[in-house]
Amino acid sequence: MSQRRAGFIKSSLGAAAAALVILAVAFPAWASLGGDTASIQADQLQMQGTRTTKAVESYTVHEIRAGTGTVVREYVSQEGKVFGVAWRGPWLPDLRQLFGGYFEQYHAAVQSQGGGRVARRPVMIDQAGLVVRIGGHVRAFVGRAYAPEMLPAGVRAEDIQ
Amino acid sequence: MRGIMRILIISLMVCPTCAFLVGCGGSSPGSSSSSPPNTIAPSGTNVATISVSGGPLDDYPDAAFASVTVCVPGTSNCQTIDNVLVDTGSWGLRILSSALTVGLPQQNAPDGNPVSECLTFVDSYTWGPVHTADVKIAGETASSVPIQVLSDAVPAPSGCTSSGFPSADTLGTLYANGILGVGLLAQDCGNPCPASYDLYYECASSTCQPIDQALSQQVTNPVALFATDNNGVIVELPAVSSAGEASVNGSLVFGIGTQSNNALGAAVVYTTDDYLNFTTSYNSQSYPDSFIDSGSDAYFFLDSSLTGLTNCPNPSNDEGFYCSSQNFSVTNLGSNGASGVFNFSIANAATLFANENNFALDNLGGPSSTSAPYYFDWGLPFFFGQNVFVAIAGASTPGGTGPYWAY
Repeated sequence: MSQRRAGFIKSSLGAAAAALVILAVAFPAWASLGGDTASIQADQLQMQGTRTTKAVESYTVHEIRAGTGTVVREYVSQEGKVFGVAWRGPWLPDLRQLFGGYFEQYHAAVQSQGGGRVARRPVMIDQAGLVVRIGGHVRAFVGRAYAPEMLPAGVRAEDIQ
Repeated sequence: MRGIMRILIISLMVCPTCAFLVGCGGSSPGSSSSSPPNTIAPSGTNVATISVSGGPLDDYPDAAFASVTVCVPGTSNCQTIDNVLVDTGSWGLRILSSALTVGLPQQNAPDGNPVSECLTFVDSYTWGPVHTADVKIAGETASSVPIQVLSDAVPAPSGCTSSGFPSADTLGTLYANGILGVGLLAQDCGNPCPASYDLYYECASSTCQPIDQALSQQVTNPVALFATDNNGVIVELPAVSSAGEASVNGSLVFGIGTQSNNALGAAVVYTTDDYLNFTTSYNSQSYPDSFIDSGSDAYFFLDSSLTGLTNCPNPSNDEGFYCSSQNFSVTNLGSNGASGVFNFSIANAATLFANENNFALDNLGGPSSTSAPYYFDWGLPFFFGQNVFVAIAGASTPGGTGPYWAY
């Protein structure tokens, strides 16, 4: 766990004006991936979590610590759009909530994942508008999803974790 | 003869410059090379036979199966169910409703409504009611064990389907008659297990609401409820030739250091972190989210850019596996500081699968991700040729208190 925290802090180093704000305001909204900042409030409510934000150079990371112990990060562009989400923790977050308008596309893809072999393995979805990785195991999930065309310039897929 | 050839071939692959020198295999894995073959306990009161043989549909590579007997608690009204997947990556017994003929009592919530569970795995979920059974394996008995009966008769609630995953509640989707979860924990949810986890539900007709679930009511690793030999298990499978074999038999031994047949011996204890993970180090990089899981049907690790392996074509039958060959040497590191080198080989999955009768595949691999966080999922091939001890959290053993792996 300490390494994970360290990684997060490290990823924020170099931010010109790193801000740490704990928000308690709640107003309803819907959609997350592809949605606006307000949609993160809905995620926070649904997860019964606490939220912190960190500003990096070209985006802001909203970290929600859910009541389940799972930590969700939502990556928001300067235009205020969620271009990526990531999670780590004992229980999978509500992906219907977290993926918002991308859930149906994801759902169709994950339902038909795999070739002809029986395989118990991680989820890897690579589609034109959506990339999803789900791995780890029960009690230790890791995963992320992003919309490639929404990545701000200079942001790499591996920044979303 | 085959064994000798295998030693020579592996020696050449792992250690090409010193293939025949004594000592070359000092860091070689139990699954190959010059270390003596692992001892597999003959069946007995604390030993169940397991087989890697394709499962009930003859289509499941690298999966170990056992027979489990469930009984109406306190009675001799029992049913033996074969082809139950042995899974060190989960906890508790789950049986397809379609495989169950004996009428087990259901568990009810305090208000009298039946309890159901949704357990989300990494690529699917299981859904269905919690029932209570006496569970018998080999000569061991666990009384009044909460088990999950997999059934979509009552539709899974939205909190269960929010993963988007397909369910694995039928033979055609589970590829087994059930799952015997004998991993590092005694219960599947832990304490506390509040309603907000969306794990346990009570269902009035077809409407289900999440509920808090006490530890004693959770689906429970039957081993933890055995009267004796209840601190863990050993999964014992023989080495497999590099081309794969049709099937192999091994043993699931109950207890660690409780009988003459389950001593730790020279096995190294690797404790895990809070997430039941340990660290695998490869090519000067550490991957702290790594774990051992007999329910994963290959070595799933890293990706093609980090390994140099080629992904099988996508789409193809072999999608999700690696389709080239390479040898690897890694170091596993426990939270307790114990470390050990492990060597293994990956072969072209398309070649391995070409013989459709082979289900024990020592060199089957696939990627676990294609971007960070990377990790090693030590699936069933890890178990071939080396006995793997699984110590249950909180249980005391001669190697210390669980949870830990030892091999």
